Amino acid sequence: MGQITLNQVTKSFGDVEVITPLDLTIEDGEFAVFVGPSGCGKSTLLRLIAGLEDVTSGAINIDGKNATNVPPAKRGLAMVFQSYALYPHMSVRKNIAFPLRMAGLDKAEQNRRVEQAAAVLNLTDYLDRRPGQLSGGQRQRVAIGRAIVREPAAFLFDEPLSNLDAALRVGMRLEISELHKRLNTTMIYVTHDQVEAMTMADKIVVLNAGHIEQVGSPLDLYRAPRNLFVAGFIGSPKMNFIEGAEAEKLGAHTIGIRPEHIAVSESDGPWSGVVGVSEHLGSDTFFHVHDTGLADTIAVRADGEVGFRHGDRIHMTPRADVIHKFDAQGMRLP
Amino acid sequence: MATQHSRSAARLMMAPAVVLLLGWMLVPLTMTLFFSFKKYLPLRGDSLERGLDWVGFANYVRFIGSSSFWPSVQATLIIVGGVLVITVVLGVLLAILLDQPFWGQGIVRILVIAPFFVMPTVSALVWKNMFMDPVNGILAHLWRFFGAEPVSWLSDASVQSIIMIVSWQWLPFATLILLTAVQSLDSEQLEAAEMDGASPLMRFWHIILPHLSRAITIVILIQTIFLLSIFAEIFVTTGGSFGTRTLTYLIFQRVVDSQNIGLGSAGGVYAIILANIVAIFLMRIVGKNLDR
Repeated sequence: MGQITLNQVTKSFGDVEVITPLDLTIEDGEFAVFVGPSGCGKSTLLRLIAGLEDVTSGAINIDGKNATNVPPAKRGLAMVFQSYALYPHMSVRKNIAFPLRMAGLDKAEQNRRVEQAAAVLNLTDYLDRRPGQLSGGQRQRVAIGRAIVREPAAFLFDEPLSNLDAALRVGMRLEISELHKRLNTTMIYVTHDQVEAMTMADKIVVLNAGHIEQVGSPLDLYRAPRNLFVAGFIGSPKMNFIEGAEAEKLGAHTIGIRPEHIAVSESDGPWSGVVGVSEHLGSDTFFHVHDTGLADTIAVRADGEVGFRHGDRIHMTPRADVIHKFDAQGMRLP
Repeated sequence: MATQHSRSAARLMMAPAVVLLLGWMLVPLTMTLFFSFKKYLPLRGDSLERGLDWVGFANYVRFIGSSSFWPSVQATLIIVGGVLVITVVLGVLLAILLDQPFWGQGIVRILVIAPFFVMPTVSALVWKNMFMDPVNGILAHLWRFFGAEPVSWLSDASVQSIIMIVSWQWLPFATLILLTAVQSLDSEQLEAAEMDGASPLMRFWHIILPHLSRAITIVILIQTIFLLSIFAEIFVTTGGSFGTRTLTYLIFQRVVDSQNIGLGSAGGVYAIILANIVAIFLMRIVGKNLDR
């Protein structure tokens, strides 16, 4: 069980309010991702849930019980840190067994659970090594192993993949998702990378300057961003925002259209511009189109084989049904 | 530029320093070895000009056969060991205390280092006259205040007093090195241990202390080198009496008080051997700790 509820939680450091009053419920077994730009308070929020920071006001409930003043170790949560925080002087086995040792389990039970976790994480061959002798991905797995053996009510991940290289990150992303499916335990995952958020989450919590901008499933956020911030944050490349006459035609202050919802052609389409940089990914090509008279640049995603070059004048057609409309305050219009 | 070329240039430029250092070490060492095999009693008219008699290992046999030799080795080891235990234990505790945020932290940290700047002779005299004096010392007043008989520290508890004085001098050094080590500990490790259910005491034992092991070894190594040769503290307080005659002090007495340079030199060679035995043990421990 691992339902976590935040009720009017705030956090201030001195005079600075980092978390403004915030309500949030994370259901049992859910994979929730906190995402936002750096400094938005997502890590602080995670540390509040973990108990490493005390809330300034408000209440945190875990499984319906008030845990606001419960010390971290008693909350039944396990955390994986950004730096992994492995104990460098202990072998992998001792690292993973440490929480069990602190809980006073007997040696045989400790060993059984360590072996089990090691088998799940492919660490069996490395149990007697020191963390210093492991690669980044292996260290990450040891950190996860140390969290798993406690059989916690929920896992907390604090940007766990940011120290890994790109290829390894994709691999670990899959492993963590796989682990979630297998254990079916609540996981809260903090990241600034919206790709990680989109691919892993059951529920994304978009944070900005200490408050929640929107909560929803990845596709909800993609299809119906509540405001300009979420619209710009979710999706890659970013949504194009167009103000002025073109937006007023649709009765909005700003309209947004995702690069993948614009069709390009040589001759026809209501918008036109000059191709600047084009990024060929093989499967897709991203064109950055200038001189459209709409915005500085319009990003367009086209098929990988579309062969426009730098300097070509092209025409673009937005898909009318997926144009997002926003009012002057940046809120979504129906 | 050719590596060969820059290498020989480097050797040439280092040469003066190397020669000076070697001279600084080798000349006294050779002279000590030379005198240790000679009969050299200046008051009996022996001098370098007239030539010294070769006596073989007689000085060595006499030095080690003296009834004060083994007690002096024992006194040396007790004082060095006692100071090491006190400075390391208190140093670790003080370092952790100073690492906590509190008001006036900067000033307190500077004050903690202060005793290290006081010359050994001065600090020993201050301790002797202002703290440990059985009539006028602060400790005597304190004892009398509680109705107890003042202790004449330097005669009744002489070794303990010397250990106390020297520890007071070296505690800042230990604290300083250990404090930097405490500060270099990744706070996420402590937080991880906290989440893993480790109590503050367990966190100290399983995380902080292992992290400090390297710094502790370095403190022990450096302090031992200096503590084996403490002299001023003994000279100005007990003058080597009441069981505080260390090996260094015994050598000093043989050379200066008994005016027997040959015998003192033989003692010096023993001191070199003792220091090397200690150094070998320490190096093995340090090597084991530094390899990680």
